Amino acid sequence: MNSLPVTEADLHAYVDGLLPLARQAEIEAWLAARPEEAARVNAYRSQNLALRQLFDPVLDEAVPPSIGLPERRVWWHGVAGRCAAAVLIAVLGGMAGWVVRGNAMPEVATRPDRVQLARVGAAAGLARQAAIAHAVYSPELRHPVEVGAEQEDHLVAWLSKRLGKPVHPPHLGKLGYDLIGGRLLPGESGPVAQFMYQDTAGKRLTLYVSTEQGAAADTGFRFAQEGKVGVFYWIDGDFGYALSAGASRGELASIATAVYAQLK
Amino acid sequence: MLDPGAEIIACIPRLRRYARALVGDPAAADDLVQDTVERGWSRMAEWRRDREMRAWLFGIMHNLHVDDLRARRLQTTALDDDLPDLAQGSNPCAGLEVRDMQAALNLLAVEQREILLLIGLEGMSYDQVAATLGMPLGTVMSRLSRGREKLRSLMEGRAAPVLPLQVVK
Repeated sequence: MNSLPVTEADLHAYVDGLLPLARQAEIEAWLAARPEEAARVNAYRSQNLALRQLFDPVLDEAVPPSIGLPERRVWWHGVAGRCAAAVLIAVLGGMAGWVVRGNAMPEVATRPDRVQLARVGAAAGLARQAAIAHAVYSPELRHPVEVGAEQEDHLVAWLSKRLGKPVHPPHLGKLGYDLIGGRLLPGESGPVAQFMYQDTAGKRLTLYVSTEQGAAADTGFRFAQEGKVGVFYWIDGDFGYALSAGASRGELASIATAVYAQLK
Repeated sequence: MLDPGAEIIACIPRLRRYARALVGDPAAADDLVQDTVERGWSRMAEWRRDREMRAWLFGIMHNLHVDDLRARRLQTTALDDDLPDLAQGSNPCAGLEVRDMQAALNLLAVEQREILLLIGLEGMSYDQVAATLGMPLGTVMSRLSRGREKLRSLMEGRAAPVLPLQVVK
């Protein structure tokens, strides 16, 4: 079998992992007989790797408050109502503080090595996304969830399928919160799930479940409070959980403990 | 479904990573990000739902950066203490490598640097880069090829590649 001639474009596509497997194998065979070209290809691969090592940490940095939508206030007003807007602006505005001086991260202050910072960055990102999702969806009167609790089986099957891992909403009836339902949301690199609960007074609680924590190490409970929204969050294996509500730290802590116990 | 504003906000970390690599100076990079966000937001009406928000914003950033360079005429390259000190790992040598990479990157022509970054850092396909920058695929490929080779020679401490002299009879 004659294979196609190897072009410069092929070599770059090989470096960037953009070739189909069969073609990739052909290029590998071609390179095996040409050490100089193989060295060049390796150098290009190292370049990609070095770029990621050098600049990926920027992704975990807190976004400075100077960056954002100029008319954020107006836009959020239209989307989620005045109440959510106030909370959200507070959340976005105060976000920088979470990563730098989060109140559950004393070890960071004493041991600011890169791994620690990256881990905290990932976890804080989870809390941030969860807080935003809570602020946007929990005030919804007519459409708080996509699938209601009356179809819990369907909800569980659907979200588990989309997240690629089994997820179950914990039952918090003993704590006075009943499941309303859940929805699928876009996360950092794929789908995440949000379950919503409500007590008899209409107070809402959301549990944000992400399966994007593969690279992050487990964390203990962390707490972030911004404006009226408190977030308890933790990473457990591939799963990241964030529990958000307009509740006191103590109240959230007891709910988080119950959630954690049921998810184990 | 996310609203356009939320989609823009979701893109900010990646815009910052790219701008930092493209511009070098962290403060100038963040200024570029904010200009991009504002421009994107003010032109939301021009964004089509079928177009990926990320590519659209990167295209805006590209245009803003080109305009900025044109306005300043001279491209300044920070090669002093202002380089961001990102590699504070346990390996003291890692910092040196990283510093070299940053310095070498800054020595590339901006046309090559942006293509290298969109592919190597942002993970775009060649077609996406061509669409984002509004140029033919062939131009993307030739700039990628030249940029990578230049970067390799810089990292290996060689001067820019010199074309071999032709033997003339």
